[in-house]
Amino acid sequence: MANLSNTRQFDLAKQSVRQLNDFLHKNAAAERVTHIRVEHPDGAHSLACGLNAPLEVQIHGHVGYYVAGMNKLAAVTVHGNAGPGAAENMMSGRVHIRGFASTAAGASAHGGLLVIDGDASLRCGISLKGADIVVGGSVGSFSAFMAQAGRIVICGDAEDALGDSLYEAVIYVRGKVRSLGADARFEPMTDRDLVDVAQLLSLAGLSHKPSEFRRIASAKSLYHWHADANQEY
Amino acid sequence: MCGIVGLLVKQPALRGQLGALMVPMLVGMTERGPDSAGLAVYTEPVQDAQHKLSLYCGKHELDWSALLTSLAADLAAVHEISAMANHAVLTSAADPEAVVAWLAEHTPSVAVLSVGRSIDLYKDVGAPAEIAERYQFRKLRGSHLVGHTRMATESAVTPAHAHPFTAGRDFCLVHNGSLSNPHLVRKKLEPLGIEFETDNDTEAACRFFEWRLREGDDLKTAVHRGFSELDGFFTFLMGTDTELLVTRDAFACKPAIVAETDDYVAIASEFRSLAHLPDIAHATLFEPKPEEIYSWRI
Repeated sequence: MANLSNTRQFDLAKQSVRQLNDFLHKNAAAERVTHIRVEHPDGAHSLACGLNAPLEVQIHGHVGYYVAGMNKLAAVTVHGNAGPGAAENMMSGRVHIRGFASTAAGASAHGGLLVIDGDASLRCGISLKGADIVVGGSVGSFSAFMAQAGRIVICGDAEDALGDSLYEAVIYVRGKVRSLGADARFEPMTDRDLVDVAQLLSLAGLSHKPSEFRRIASAKSLYHWHADANQEY
Repeated sequence: MCGIVGLLVKQPALRGQLGALMVPMLVGMTERGPDSAGLAVYTEPVQDAQHKLSLYCGKHELDWSALLTSLAADLAAVHEISAMANHAVLTSAADPEAVVAWLAEHTPSVAVLSVGRSIDLYKDVGAPAEIAERYQFRKLRGSHLVGHTRMATESAVTPAHAHPFTAGRDFCLVHNGSLSNPHLVRKKLEPLGIEFETDNDTEAACRFFEWRLREGDDLKTAVHRGFSELDGFFTFLMGTDTELLVTRDAFACKPAIVAETDDYVAIASEFRSLAHLPDIAHATLFEPKPEEIYSWRI
């Protein structure tokens, strides 16, 4: 960690989430603090939400709902598991969950990188809008549902309906896929895909071979309304 | 929204601490359920010839010992009563159906919350911490318990609508979520002679499962059947005299997390209700997968 003058510790057994977030939003920059260590999160909600500065936040323990939601520029690491909605609506920066993540991790995220070392539960990357997500383990059902832009790398398996109603987001999966969602299809890996996967794995600190991954993207058959399809999608 | 908590201690030596371990779990779920709270605790069973009935008199002042005297005059059997504010546990050697009928006739203001040989049940409207203090939950002893904090979304805030719900003997259920077909379930069960006490969706699920148990299903089979019969969102946590079971709907709409050590298994809607438990740093933590059934026996 950096030198003491630019470092601050919060102990959530003694301090409130409001005190922590208020400091991160307002005072960190004024006090030239760039590194923040958080102890005893004990499942608290909304930790390090709405950050808008290049801070490095290390949270030691398990967190509740919406950790690092709406993150911009900051690097937030959770040394534990995350509750629902981790890095929801992230705009930029990096969020790293060292344990597992509950439902809707990275939901609607526009930019930045979300890394989950363990498994992600259902709806990981739902409505993704441009961020990258790397999951070291497996993902639950309905992951990448209606994902519009961005990339999701899944090093383990996927449950049902992966990539249902995908738009322009691309999924790379290394393990088994129980089922694809409507309009999602496997496609050949291009050279560009191999480069992208290698880069994302490297950013996540993972050493799998890019050639072990398969690409899933939209068949785009739902892009236009077909009156004669009789709604049988 | 609601909060659920469950705790089963694996070591008999820990049974004296069951309530003390659980109170922070229940209070930790206050934000998910500030309007009512309750729990069912499973104690050592009473003797073979006896049953326990958990009774509730609401805001009425009730002389529990006078009730006991009148009951003994009409039903010749050994009865004992242990009162705690507006709740009491009646232990009786009489046929429990006869006791329930006697109570309905002579003290209609008293609600029977549970019947069984192990279960004691407490529930009321109010903040979880207040209810835990009122009924001295920290002193409860037993092998396992099922607790709930309620934020009503689909029916009224009354003591009767608070969880846990019970049906039959030694069976209880708490629920986080909402069912979309409780009236259809009720329409199916009522012609079989199954009576309902409230319009609450969870009661429909509780009576459905208990009906299946009486029809010979084991608890897991009954829950499997529930996946096709009960429509909606749910994390269900249920107890029998020997078992604690948790399951989630196919979409895992409502949260749940389990912590297991050699000493206990603890279940809650969120980790913040588990953070205080002993040796939690070394517990195995996992979220129950959708439509999978997780159960533990005492």
